[in-house]
Amino acid sequence: MRRQLLRTLVAGLALAATLPFAAPARAAYPDRPIQLLVPWGAGGGTDAVARIVGSLLEKELGQPVSVVNRTGGSGVVGHTAIASAAPDGYTIGIATVEIGMMHWQGLTPLTPADFTPLALMNHDIAAVQVASNSPHQDIKALIEAIKANPGKLKASGTGQGGIWHLAMAAMLSELKIDPQSVPWVPSNGAAPGLQDLVAGGVQIVPCSIPEARSLIDAGRVKSLAVMGAERNAAFPNVPTLKETVGVVWEMGAWRGIVAPKGLPEDVQKVLIPALKKVYESKEYTDFMSSRGFGAVWAEGPEFGAFMAKGDAELGAVMKKVGLAR
Amino acid sequence: MQAIEAAFGLVFQGHVLLVIGLAAAFGLFVGAIPGLTATMAIALLVPVTFFMDPITAVGAMISCSAMAIFAGDIPGTLLRIPGTPASAAYTSEAYAMTRKGEGEIALGANLFFSALGGLFGTAVLIIGAPMLAEVALKFSSFEYFWLALLGLTCAVFIGSGSATKGLVSLFLGLLIATVGLNNPAGVPRFTFGSVDLMGGVDFIPAMIGLFAVSEVLRVMVHGTAGWSAPQAAVGNLFTGWGRMFVKYWPQQLRGNVMGTAIGALPGAGADIAAWVSYATSRKFSKTPEKFGTGHVEGIIESTSANNAALAGAWVPALVFGIPGDSITAVVIGVLYIKGLNPGPTIFINNPQMIYAVFIIFILANVAMIPLGWAAIKAAKQILRVPRNLLMPAILAFCIVGAFATNNAAYGVVLMLGFGVLGFIMEENDIPIAPCILGIVLGPMLEENFVTSMIKSEGSFLAFFERPIAAACGIATLAIWFAPPLIRLVRRARSAPAAA
Repeated sequence: MRRQLLRTLVAGLALAATLPFAAPARAAYPDRPIQLLVPWGAGGGTDAVARIVGSLLEKELGQPVSVVNRTGGSGVVGHTAIASAAPDGYTIGIATVEIGMMHWQGLTPLTPADFTPLALMNHDIAAVQVASNSPHQDIKALIEAIKANPGKLKASGTGQGGIWHLAMAAMLSELKIDPQSVPWVPSNGAAPGLQDLVAGGVQIVPCSIPEARSLIDAGRVKSLAVMGAERNAAFPNVPTLKETVGVVWEMGAWRGIVAPKGLPEDVQKVLIPALKKVYESKEYTDFMSSRGFGAVWAEGPEFGAFMAKGDAELGAVMKKVGLAR
Repeated sequence: MQAIEAAFGLVFQGHVLLVIGLAAAFGLFVGAIPGLTATMAIALLVPVTFFMDPITAVGAMISCSAMAIFAGDIPGTLLRIPGTPASAAYTSEAYAMTRKGEGEIALGANLFFSALGGLFGTAVLIIGAPMLAEVALKFSSFEYFWLALLGLTCAVFIGSGSATKGLVSLFLGLLIATVGLNNPAGVPRFTFGSVDLMGGVDFIPAMIGLFAVSEVLRVMVHGTAGWSAPQAAVGNLFTGWGRMFVKYWPQQLRGNVMGTAIGALPGAGADIAAWVSYATSRKFSKTPEKFGTGHVEGIIESTSANNAALAGAWVPALVFGIPGDSITAVVIGVLYIKGLNPGPTIFINNPQMIYAVFIIFILANVAMIPLGWAAIKAAKQILRVPRNLLMPAILAFCIVGAFATNNAAYGVVLMLGFGVLGFIMEENDIPIAPCILGIVLGPMLEENFVTSMIKSEGSFLAFFERPIAAACGIATLAIWFAPPLIRLVRRARSAPAAA
């Protein structure tokens, strides 16, 4: 009996003695497989980006990177799972623009500050699309039509309060037009919204150009203007809002790799350069350009500042439109 | 003609055929595991396709998805664990056949008619893709609203018991579908502050719980009496199939046409196709009383439909880059990466590629028969395991499957909860299939209703203003009100005669 007790004590002491050494042992990070959480479903754009980043990161780090989809609740479930994981570098995730939106709606207390920003990998600017047989063939005509008949033209392309909804509302309020004069028709993403545009159900879809590309190529959809400072390199014929109506406004969807808050410096020092190599690799650049996704890089604190800025801007728009609680 | 020759040259190369074969085996494996869907199989393939040439990549995706959809029928038939919502429509029926000792016949029918359905869908894709896509593109939320309502109407026809009990089950499913944040207004409903519930009730754990766990519970309560009948082996498979084909060719053809048509509509897909076909089959059957007792007729029609829908979904995907279902959504991404940008121009700029895709479709559906047959023969051995050992193993499978859907324990809890619900429902003769239908179609119905109302500024008449919508609406209302009206008229006529 006593001997058993003694043995337990010794074992416990031995375990306690190893604990202080556990930290230096992590110097060999990563020494086991890494999970990359995706808050959106398999098959979507975010999933595709996560999978290519995962497979390239695997090569850089020499450890398997398994991509795991945690979907539901408009991204709340997955973002929560990333933020609440242990900050040991073995659970990282891909965050999307929604992280700066859902807390304003009162869906979650999570904000960008709950993550360790690692690397911004992609940014797609909103653009204004209409059906090619639309009577409004340029952005000025469209804006005039909105002003003349508030509430008549309807827009779609994402859910209520989604990024393209906010981009549209923000553009209108920059133009001194009431955002409510283009009612929003919620849809399950850009593709169903675009289909409805061609079917004649809605008149405007303010999604990113890459999302509308196949229908633009098919001659069914026309892009009138990009809501960015510069034209899209793949679509040089589409003017910017600044050139046409003199409004400087930039809003879009982004994707970046984040970790739970409090990720140790030494782990960050391994992950960020590895992600940079992934970003610069030929495979990644080819993938992004073939999908028409905009490749934009920002690392660590710079990415953190980008998220914070976007968060504040989105909050302001959502209050204006009445979506913030 | 040159393009077709070039296409054959592209496909019939050693490494292309090898990759297609491997992808088929992979699809068969993933599809047969309960809880893992065909979409998941495809998404897992994506990183691998980065290192392939275009035709190999597309070929791998086509053969993998065709195989996975069929393989979903295997656990559904043998263990009552449906692999996909598309096979849930006839899971009870197929399992009833297994209990009668006809499991192999059920699976054989699934295999043969899946392959035929796939070939039919491919033929339509080859002949009419651009034309069909034009029609599919005309569908707006008004048309989809009617389609969803028509799908829900099937609930009344699929249950073998009373219509009232079918409706009870359906409304239960609709209630479950309202849980969560994924509704048009983005407002959390019935979430009780839980982040997991915000995601709503995923239909895969719900489906596994309702079908499989309830069966495990039933065996626990009523004891393991062993299979009521010995499993019959199908002697000569070609005569068996031949006989079924001769006897049920109208059902099969109807399933094919319905499947291709519904599959080509983006936002409808194989699930609805299978349910509608099963209901149609029962409605027009000469022996509707046999449905639900292990009768192959409904299985043939709906299994034809869900595989035909798979090819149908490629119609809008190839012509306009609009995904017809979640599988083609992934495939479109891969097409872009490989420089095969979908659009009407792909038929002009890259005809050899398109023909190659068609050839692979045909190959995949033909290869399904030997591969699937081997899988059935292997999987059938499960039935030799004594039931008191099999049931705990099924439960373990269910837990793995439910966990895998979202990689969280939440799915397991959901599944167990639905298992108890399914057990209570079936003990009280309430069919469970309509409940699943409600969970699958509820969100589609609500979404399209709300968006239509926003577009029409609250006018109900808009549901009849567009020609296709009006036709769909009148058809739905006719199905609802014609039978009671006819009965009323007949009674009114016979009443004076009697008096």
